[in-house]
Amino acid sequence: MTADLMFYIFSTFTVACALAVVFNRNAVNAAMCFLLALVGLAGLFVLLEAYLLAVLLVFVYAGAVVALFLFIIMLLDVRGGHRPNFTKATVFSATAAAALLAVGLLSLHSRGRIEAALPAGPGVGADLKSYAYQLFTLYLLPVQIVGFMLLIAMLGVIVLSKRHEGLEDVK
Amino acid sequence: MNIGLNDYLFLSALLFAIGFFGVLLRKNTLVIYMCLELMLVAVTLALVAFSRYNGTMDGNVFVFFILTVAAAEVAVGLAIIVALFRRRQTVQVDELNALRN
Repeated sequence: MTADLMFYIFSTFTVACALAVVFNRNAVNAAMCFLLALVGLAGLFVLLEAYLLAVLLVFVYAGAVVALFLFIIMLLDVRGGHRPNFTKATVFSATAAAALLAVGLLSLHSRGRIEAALPAGPGVGADLKSYAYQLFTLYLLPVQIVGFMLLIAMLGVIVLSKRHEGLEDVK
Repeated sequence: MNIGLNDYLFLSALLFAIGFFGVLLRKNTLVIYMCLELMLVAVTLALVAFSRYNGTMDGNVFVFFILTVAAAEVAVGLAIIVALFRRRQTVQVDELNALRN
């Protein structure tokens, strides 16, 4: 089955890039790996027939968010972006958390089987009209709230990036 | 073996876990933020998979809102990080210890 093969390819790619985000020493390289992970995820969205969301993910995340990240990394130039080595306490607690999460993932994989057959016909997410219909009927109020939230976020960014004189630094 | 809903959910949980680890392990605020975003997109994968296998639109529409909120969140968060850097000249979390003592 080509779809299964594609799933394995995309999922392996995405997980590898996500791991590279976490373990990369350089912040710019981490951002680039994040970009690649998003592209892999967009491929998975295409496999799930959510074509519009795949395109939006690439546009909004890869286009805007990662570009913003790279811009801020460039602006701050965080000591060349290099991370110091992990301390012993960090490694210990991370290993404990990793063990717990691994147990959780294993039990999810072995016991959490949800019986779900693929519904017949093309997926509902493939149809652009259904998005518009949902957004302008059932989800009309959330759309307006999100619009206000974007406005507030814009104002917040303007206020935050202004220089405030006479504020005392916390020593 | 056919790929089903469970595999997508497993992948989503795995990506979420990786992002969680990034938040725990890394000291650079920007990379922590990137890992937070990774956790967010891992959840969107689960939503899209549920939507596909249930034949409903709600999961897909939720992903819309998540994308919007994430964009706003990144803008505000990065502005906060820049303001922080202006004041303290660092973005390493272990040097931002003004509330200790």
